[in-house]
Amino acid sequence: MKKTRIRVLVGKPGLDGHDRGAKVIARALRDAGMEVIYSGLHQTPEQLVEAAIQEDVDLIGVSVLSGAHMTIFPRIKELLKEQNAKDILLMGGGTIPEEDIATLIENGSVEALFTPGATTTEIVSWIEEKLSLSKGDVV
Amino acid sequence: MSNNFLSWKAKYDAQKERKGPFFTVSSVPIDPLYAPGHTADIDYERDLGNPGEYPYTRGVQPNMYRGRLWTMRMFAGFATATETNARYKYLLKQGQTGLSVAFDMPTIMGYDSDHPRAYGEVGRVGVAIDSLQDMETLFQDIPLDQVSTSMTINAPASILWAMYIVAAEKQGVPAHKLTGTIQNDILKEYIAQKSWIFPPDPSMRLITDIFKYAKDNVPKWNSISISGYHIREAGSTALQELAFTLADGFAYVEAGIKAGLDVDDFAPRLSFFFNSHTDFFEEIAKLRAARRIWARHMKEIYHAKNEKSLLLRFHTQTAGCSLTGPQMENNIVRTAYQAMAAVLGGTQSLHTNSMDEVLALPSEKSVQIALRTQQVLAYETGVTNTIDPLAGSYFVETLTNQMEEGAEEYFRKIDEFGGVLGAIRENFFQQEIADAAYRYQKEIESKDRIIVGINGFVNEKKDDKMDLLKIDPEVERAQVRKLTALKQSRDNIRVQTTLTDLKETAQGTDNLIPKIMDAVRAYATEGEIIAVLKDVFGEYREQAVF
Repeated sequence: MKKTRIRVLVGKPGLDGHDRGAKVIARALRDAGMEVIYSGLHQTPEQLVEAAIQEDVDLIGVSVLSGAHMTIFPRIKELLKEQNAKDILLMGGGTIPEEDIATLIENGSVEALFTPGATTTEIVSWIEEKLSLSKGDVV
Repeated sequence: MSNNFLSWKAKYDAQKERKGPFFTVSSVPIDPLYAPGHTADIDYERDLGNPGEYPYTRGVQPNMYRGRLWTMRMFAGFATATETNARYKYLLKQGQTGLSVAFDMPTIMGYDSDHPRAYGEVGRVGVAIDSLQDMETLFQDIPLDQVSTSMTINAPASILWAMYIVAAEKQGVPAHKLTGTIQNDILKEYIAQKSWIFPPDPSMRLITDIFKYAKDNVPKWNSISISGYHIREAGSTALQELAFTLADGFAYVEAGIKAGLDVDDFAPRLSFFFNSHTDFFEEIAKLRAARRIWARHMKEIYHAKNEKSLLLRFHTQTAGCSLTGPQMENNIVRTAYQAMAAVLGGTQSLHTNSMDEVLALPSEKSVQIALRTQQVLAYETGVTNTIDPLAGSYFVETLTNQMEEGAEEYFRKIDEFGGVLGAIRENFFQQEIADAAYRYQKEIESKDRIIVGINGFVNEKKDDKMDLLKIDPEVERAQVRKLTALKQSRDNIRVQTTLTDLKETAQGTDNLIPKIMDAVRAYATEGEIIAVLKDVFGEYREQAVF
């Protein structure tokens, strides 16, 4: 069955409460015509993956500014695999050094990471491109 | 407006204007010229006053930086207490004049390092402190009667403060000699930074308990640092930062009075914390207006008699949210301008961000540059030679007036919600901030606002690699081992007794601080103390809006 709109869960895992980035992204994706669910704060990877499956989203977007990115992204990816939800894409943003970005992308923990200065337009087009490809298979 | 002004305006309008928009970083439109007509209504004594005189627009001391420079206080903390202790000693040796503790997220949220929710976060954004033992290590060989310490801690402020007081006691320094600040500002947590634990009512009780305890036992301590910094970082405008922060301040004053304190018993120990963003004059106006509004309200509405109750003393930090990942070295320049605005606004202490804080905790090298930025400002630029040099500027005085008027308008709106707590419940602040943050982002994307290195003057070539500070995952394991060893070696019966005692007090109305001190002395951990309080007080939940 073909879905008409892209569904995204914007999540804020871990203990950090700096939610400016998550909220700006959530709103930009909504304005770009996507259906956006915002998890609220202080979520565990388990809670995020559960919500993503229940809400049947295409993509999870996760904001991490706490330096815990090297544990959070691999954990979410692992849970998605365990739950047979590998088709849900994972992207992220936050204060993440370039070296760590390279590692996380290379080991398949996340599909894309954006750092301070990335534009919402850039993020929207990344999502649309990525999902039109994978959705194309379904149609 | 005078004929003279109008004739200039005609000439101006006849000429070409470069592409705007001409607005502040808060999207406030700015006129091409300010002239005597803009400030004709200002009465020097009523609206400005000399430095150290009501309404303190020109500064809280009569001598300002001619007497003493601001305190250069760099926020620092990472990994374990041992590593952070070494960084503090380094900073003191470099000429820093006060300490400022950054705690890690588990400490900020009240979890011990061995809690499952702390996994991956121990020592990451600050130092991990689980018990008095860590606090003793943090200040080892730093005489606490000789430095002032600021601690950025809110929901569990009472516990970390108790640990500090007891650690000092063990050094032989009595509480009445201690100087410093605890942030202890829970309202801005609900509004902006979102590091809360308990619901508003018990949180406010903890705060007024601290006010009372400080008055009797730690009289030189700033019992709260009412913070606009995080409101601004969350995306607010300068005016929103000013208005929401002062509204929080008035809410604490009202809470203290309601708890049975005389306003002059605690108001002299209230301190503030503002952001200094890149829009130079707007920031200066905000800080000048803040002093005037606070003094007027404290005198006219809360009837404070002690002059010290009228003084808005504040710390400033340059704007982390203004820093860019690309061309990171440019952040040194941004920070320097922001620091100068803070000083021209009359700050009492200052943290300058390091260029690499956009991606990691700062390296030693970048912290040194940030500290040197303050030293150049203090010793080379000459801006400290005279007090409030921008007073009387048609532009700055107009902006200062607009800030005050705008803040008063916000106070009226907040009153319509029944005050700050009502406005939080209705998501008023949260929505205002989210709207402003989104507008700012849109302005960047439409290029109405140019950020160098982001949407203008972008380098084709990739930036050179920077050496960033890395936190070894071993830090977390070491901290957990230390905590496990402590739990085995301490007197666990005494821990239990003090925790039971604390619980009973929490269920009643007596001051909680002495009981928290007892538990801390017995080496009860922060997480254990918080768990007891959560049991009684419950936990806060937010309905998020975006």
